[in-house]
Amino acid sequence: MMELVCPAGTPAALRAAVEAGAHAIYCGFADETNARNFPGLNFSREEMADAVAHAHARGAKVLVAINTFPRAGGEAMWHRAVADAETAGADAVILADPGLLAHAAEHHPKLRLHLSVQAAAANPDAINFYAEAFGVRRVVLPRVLTVAEITAINREIDVETEVFVFGGLCVMAEGRCSLSSYATGRSPNMNGVCSPASHVVYSEEPDGLRAALGGFTIHRTPPGRPAPYPTLCKGCFTSGEQTGHVFEDPVSLDATQLIPALARAGVSALKIEGRQRSRAYVAEVVRAFRAAVEAEAAGLPLPVSLLARLTEGQAATTGAYAKTWR
Amino acid sequence: MDLTIGPNQFFWPAETVRGFYRDLALTPAARVVLGELVCSKRLPFWEGEIPGAIEALQAAGKEVALTTLALITLRRERKLTADLMDLGLPVEVNDLTALRHLTDDQPFWVGPLVNVYNEGTLRWLAQRGAVRVCLPPELPLESVATLARTGANLGVAVEVWGHGRLPLALSGRCYHARLHDRAKDSCQFVCEEDPDGRDVETLDGQPFLAVNGIQTLSQSTATAAHQVEALHEAGVSALRLSPQSRGFAETVALYHQRLTGGIAGNRLAESLRPWVPGGALSDGFLTGPAGAAWSGA
Amino acid sequence: MTETDLPHCPRLLARALQPLPPLPLGLALTALSRRLSARHSGMLRRLGEYADRAVLIDPTDLPFVLRMEPAAGPRITAHRRGRAPQAAARIAGPLSALTGMLHGRYDGDALFFSRDLVIEGDTSVVLALRNALDDAELDLAEELAALAGPLGPLVRRGVTLAERASGLSLHREDLTNGAF
Repeated sequence: MMELVCPAGTPAALRAAVEAGAHAIYCGFADETNARNFPGLNFSREEMADAVAHAHARGAKVLVAINTFPRAGGEAMWHRAVADAETAGADAVILADPGLLAHAAEHHPKLRLHLSVQAAAANPDAINFYAEAFGVRRVVLPRVLTVAEITAINREIDVETEVFVFGGLCVMAEGRCSLSSYATGRSPNMNGVCSPASHVVYSEEPDGLRAALGGFTIHRTPPGRPAPYPTLCKGCFTSGEQTGHVFEDPVSLDATQLIPALARAGVSALKIEGRQRSRAYVAEVVRAFRAAVEAEAAGLPLPVSLLARLTEGQAATTGAYAKTWR
Repeated sequence: MDLTIGPNQFFWPAETVRGFYRDLALTPAARVVLGELVCSKRLPFWEGEIPGAIEALQAAGKEVALTTLALITLRRERKLTADLMDLGLPVEVNDLTALRHLTDDQPFWVGPLVNVYNEGTLRWLAQRGAVRVCLPPELPLESVATLARTGANLGVAVEVWGHGRLPLALSGRCYHARLHDRAKDSCQFVCEEDPDGRDVETLDGQPFLAVNGIQTLSQSTATAAHQVEALHEAGVSALRLSPQSRGFAETVALYHQRLTGGIAGNRLAESLRPWVPGGALSDGFLTGPAGAAWSGA
Repeated sequence: MTETDLPHCPRLLARALQPLPPLPLGLALTALSRRLSARHSGMLRRLGEYADRAVLIDPTDLPFVLRMEPAAGPRITAHRRGRAPQAAARIAGPLSALTGMLHGRYDGDALFFSRDLVIEGDTSVVLALRNALDDAELDLAEELAALAGPLGPLVRRGVTLAERASGLSLHREDLTNGAF
């Protein structure tokens, strides 16, 4: 059976994920070392140790994401996070920065390393390079690849691959995007946030809800229509004669129906995005996907997805997995 | 400090490319990186100009390097990257994929699209043979200073984004094609219509971004006009100027004057404006609250 | 969570609450929230730097709004709509959405995307509060029952009846046990 890797932004969400059937949970420390550094989210050192014990007692793994790029002059914080994850008993750390990978490989040789999607390793040469240079054992593939390309990649590499199947969808090659800091000064790579809530301003105006990010209007939603979060790359803009979602519609990823194809492509693990979501969301999505991977492993038809209401803008896409997306 | 000219990010006709590098050979730039950075589909249309450009630039005493693609996915693109290593010129790595194809003793440059955010990564790259690194444009001045010091200790020349629309993001998707309701595979090379990228405004008409194939750029042109002294003091060895369609030779000359003490920051900024696409400048990544901010406003 | 229509607070109940003086209501809610805060000490810690910012909680189908200051104890005051003092942020929606979110019936982001919830002001304050509450795994029915001491079972039964009559979520609905 493919491993189901599930998000947890809080200890409560982690327990909910374990109970709902997660094989592994990924989470991070409450600081700039992880790419979901949101208000009120993430784990203290003590909570992390408790979380690992809770998960291990129930047969689930914990993967600690330390996937931002350490700040020049401040690398000690990231080094400490890797050491503390190992001490807490984490089953792996998820890293993106080459310098941090080199540090972990040298100072924590027994710690299993996963390559974060933030490293954007999008072809066999890059993946094999990370495997050879740092002993990386699993790669989270960037969301720019088709299923056919994933199949081809798996034929040329020896490490495991993990792919996103549900939740928020980055349109850009992750870890290589500074749109957010251009508008707000805070970025996924440096601060672990994208389009941060602290820079969002909503205002009710006669023609609907205006959402601005760092002073730039990201969209206006007419009354009564679903309101997407003002993520920069899913905004509505004007270019020449055209007005619309220049980069991506406010949709989220749902690749439920591609699970058999991804299994045939040799993918080891399926990842659900959403460490910023509630424990209620995590439980519901994990339960649905656990049923789906079990059905797939047993050769049964997949259950129809009931997750539409949870998705952003209440519309879903299979994203880059289908070539027409490009 | 001296001047490095980055690879042209846009899709220009072959004859435009020819004229551009002919003019560039006459400027006071110290070195030039050329090659296709953004989209491998563009390359067949202008690669014939590369040998002549290299020859003209070298004859004018400039160092020349070849860039890799910024996002390597297809088999054809991997082969293209491997082949770059055998051309006898330094290679500027803009996707870490290229490291797999470098031999152990082959020195290389690192471009602004590789995530060099800290001393650990800089040290690791230096160990593998990096001799010149252009830092990501997102970095604030304090980080630049730390990395320039580390670079000096390691014998790595550290460059900073000095001028040009900022490369903010890369995608598997082609936005130019999307704006024309076409798929990437049947794009009909519409990006050629926009020699500095296609402008994107907010719904309220604020200038914001520009798209260039799979790349997203800032609409403002970033300039380090006001930070030259600070960068010099920090130990930065070169400013990188990124090609634009109009007045680029003039732009290079203006930066040269700025570096040699001929003009002040304000004067440089005002002189740049007429040539810059759209006329908007920014320097917020280095010193401001956000990338789009401009200290001279 | 797959329902599309949120239950609205019955108009009769809303009308019954209309003459309720804000002061005693605020005092009662302050007492309850202090008790919750003491029993779930992680909540305030999780709020961190956001704890000293006031939030307006606006159950749009009730005649009053609540202003909460987490760091002040916490302190909750009730106000007639439109008369509440300034706050860093406002979160508004039907009472059923607010209590449903508290009890793990609904996901905050999903309610926001469907515009059942409206957020104004500093969004990060609301996010911090929501995440802290979500992690606390609160159960209002149990807290009220505990407050009532020997009358606890009676309160529990009353809450269940009220829940059934109103469609509101008044007790914790997800099944995980908060065992660590």
